[in-house]
Amino acid sequence: MATESTTDFSLDPAAALAAEEGGAIEGKSPWLLAWRRLRRNYVALGFLLLFVVIVTLCSLAGPYAHHIAKTGPNDNHLGETFVRNGKQIPVVSKGGFIKGQFKAGGIPVGPQLWHAGGKYVFGADTQGRDVAVRLLYGGLNSLKVGIGSGLICTLFALVLALLAGYYGGWVDWVIARFFDLIWAFPVLLLAIALGTALSINGFHHFGISIASGSLWIPTLVISYVLIPYIGRPLRGQILSLREKEFIEAATAQGAGGIRVMFTELLPNIASSVLVFFALIIANNILTEAGLSFLGAGVQPPNPSWGTLIADGQDRIQTAPWLAIIPGIAIVLTVLALNIFGDGLRDALDPRAKVRMEH
Amino acid sequence: MLPFLVRRLIGAFLVLVAVSFITYLIFVKIPGGDPAPRIAGRLATDQNIADIRQKLHLNDPFYSQYWAMMQSLFTGTLKSYSSQLNVVSEIKRGIPATLSLTIGAGIIWLGFGILVGVISAVTAGGLSDRVITVLALIGISMPVFWLGLIARYLFAESHPFSFFPDGEYVPLTQNPWQWFVHLIMPWTVLAVLSIGFYGRVLRSNILDTINEDYVRTARAKGLPPRRVLVKHVLRNSLIPIVTLFGLDFAAVIGGSAILTETVFNLRGVGQYAADSVQSLDLPPIMGVTIYATFFIVLFSVVVDLLYAWLDPRIRPT
Repeated sequence: MATESTTDFSLDPAAALAAEEGGAIEGKSPWLLAWRRLRRNYVALGFLLLFVVIVTLCSLAGPYAHHIAKTGPNDNHLGETFVRNGKQIPVVSKGGFIKGQFKAGGIPVGPQLWHAGGKYVFGADTQGRDVAVRLLYGGLNSLKVGIGSGLICTLFALVLALLAGYYGGWVDWVIARFFDLIWAFPVLLLAIALGTALSINGFHHFGISIASGSLWIPTLVISYVLIPYIGRPLRGQILSLREKEFIEAATAQGAGGIRVMFTELLPNIASSVLVFFALIIANNILTEAGLSFLGAGVQPPNPSWGTLIADGQDRIQTAPWLAIIPGIAIVLTVLALNIFGDGLRDALDPRAKVRMEH
Repeated sequence: MLPFLVRRLIGAFLVLVAVSFITYLIFVKIPGGDPAPRIAGRLATDQNIADIRQKLHLNDPFYSQYWAMMQSLFTGTLKSYSSQLNVVSEIKRGIPATLSLTIGAGIIWLGFGILVGVISAVTAGGLSDRVITVLALIGISMPVFWLGLIARYLFAESHPFSFFPDGEYVPLTQNPWQWFVHLIMPWTVLAVLSIGFYGRVLRSNILDTINEDYVRTARAKGLPPRRVLVKHVLRNSLIPIVTLFGLDFAAVIGGSAILTETVFNLRGVGQYAADSVQSLDLPPIMGVTIYATFFIVLFSVVVDLLYAWLDPRIRPT
């Protein structure tokens, strides 16, 4: 049977410190060793911090909109003005003859940073909406979809892989063919197809009812199309673990299916699951951006980083910040997760460390 | 080899049947309600709707509906809701642009990926290895459509650096030079995402192969290092890359290529599907999904055969 120490999931810094100072813990769990490796990887930890900062900023979207920018994500300010250094400046330029020269109108004001007292920090869009507010709300939606679909996708893939790997036989056959079938479709195209079909009337089958503009649609679509990308490698790992002696020992002691799956198999693949989880969130944020850019993901007026870029693409010459700023937000978030995920893999998989030494 | 081929083809056929059935569920069943008015489009009369119901057997059981949908797809009578244009002929029109984009980008990313991977493995642990790793991570973290927009903004639209034409596709048969110039940016943008990834995969393959006994033997008998690298290490490290490339190439056609075509307005198959999203026009998306999936399934059979031919160890007897 697995003892308490081998099933210890904590990546708790306090435990690691106690182990270093007091030396009280004799047997070091693989998790403790991994944490020690990770703790020395300042680059990975730095990028984890960056991700946490981005998540925190986006979750402060509401207070920021109310108290600093004093506008909502969908509030139009066409034809309005704001004060900068005591001067009234139109949010969206009116155009016409200014000092004898004709200027085209409809050009929104550019990034103000802090010169306008927190308003239009990243400029306005063509509707006069505050880009910084929309960026934070959009980030919140992108992160919700990315993290939510990452969770659902990893969870489903894990359960299916455990069932397939443990029971084998026809259960394995059905699950493996299910993975193969989704795998056969091109990811983005299947997601576009599902996203568009679902955005017509929403989903109303099997007693589940989801409205057509709901964030659940992109979340579930992305989780569904990416299940085999986690499920297939996990199933492979479990199939090989299943033949090991400790599983036989557990079965001989009378452990049932659920027990073997969750106390014997799961701890052994938990490190892979964690790495996959970090990397799949990065991938899902990119997929969501692509889907929303094409109009098959998060539906307007809900902003997301992808829809913000789509809104800005026609204005790339006159108002380049509209498309550039949300793109930078995506790159920073995804890069942070990818680098942290890489560091996590190096820490959890000692083989990777051996490879580095060549 | 023949039984393997037959087994693989039967498997592929079953996958195609299942894939087409899922497509039917997605487009006819999921949206709910009566599909006939949707298929007839916005300007349909009651007679049109009744005709469609008749033609697609919508009053019949699902297997007959499914069969009717497959027929309309493969006899080329499927029409778009909004433009009433024939889906199959629109797809055919987009194929040259899509293939030009993906094949060109594939050559660039495979070539540079191998170069980067070899440099990275030879200098493992050194500065250039680290720079390449960082660039690879940045590469896979960028949304391809955003990179395309930035490339257009910097190199096609703002005046000091306007080296390239801004999007659009010129057929190869019409003007080869213009075809090439128009595709340089899309190729590069699409390839940049994969170069770093391939470089990293090849790097770790090479580092694994370098420790094999036969490499040590080759070194011990005094072969020059360059020869060991090219003939013994690289040759074996490239096999997984070939498979990966086959699968990725197919995936790019149904993935990043859609976004790249849309940003650069290349009017390929992917953009045709993407444009239809705006008007919730299901038939073009259905047509592109099913044709692309069929292509990918058949392509993966070819890759399997190629793999078996390259690596005798996995060749079935």
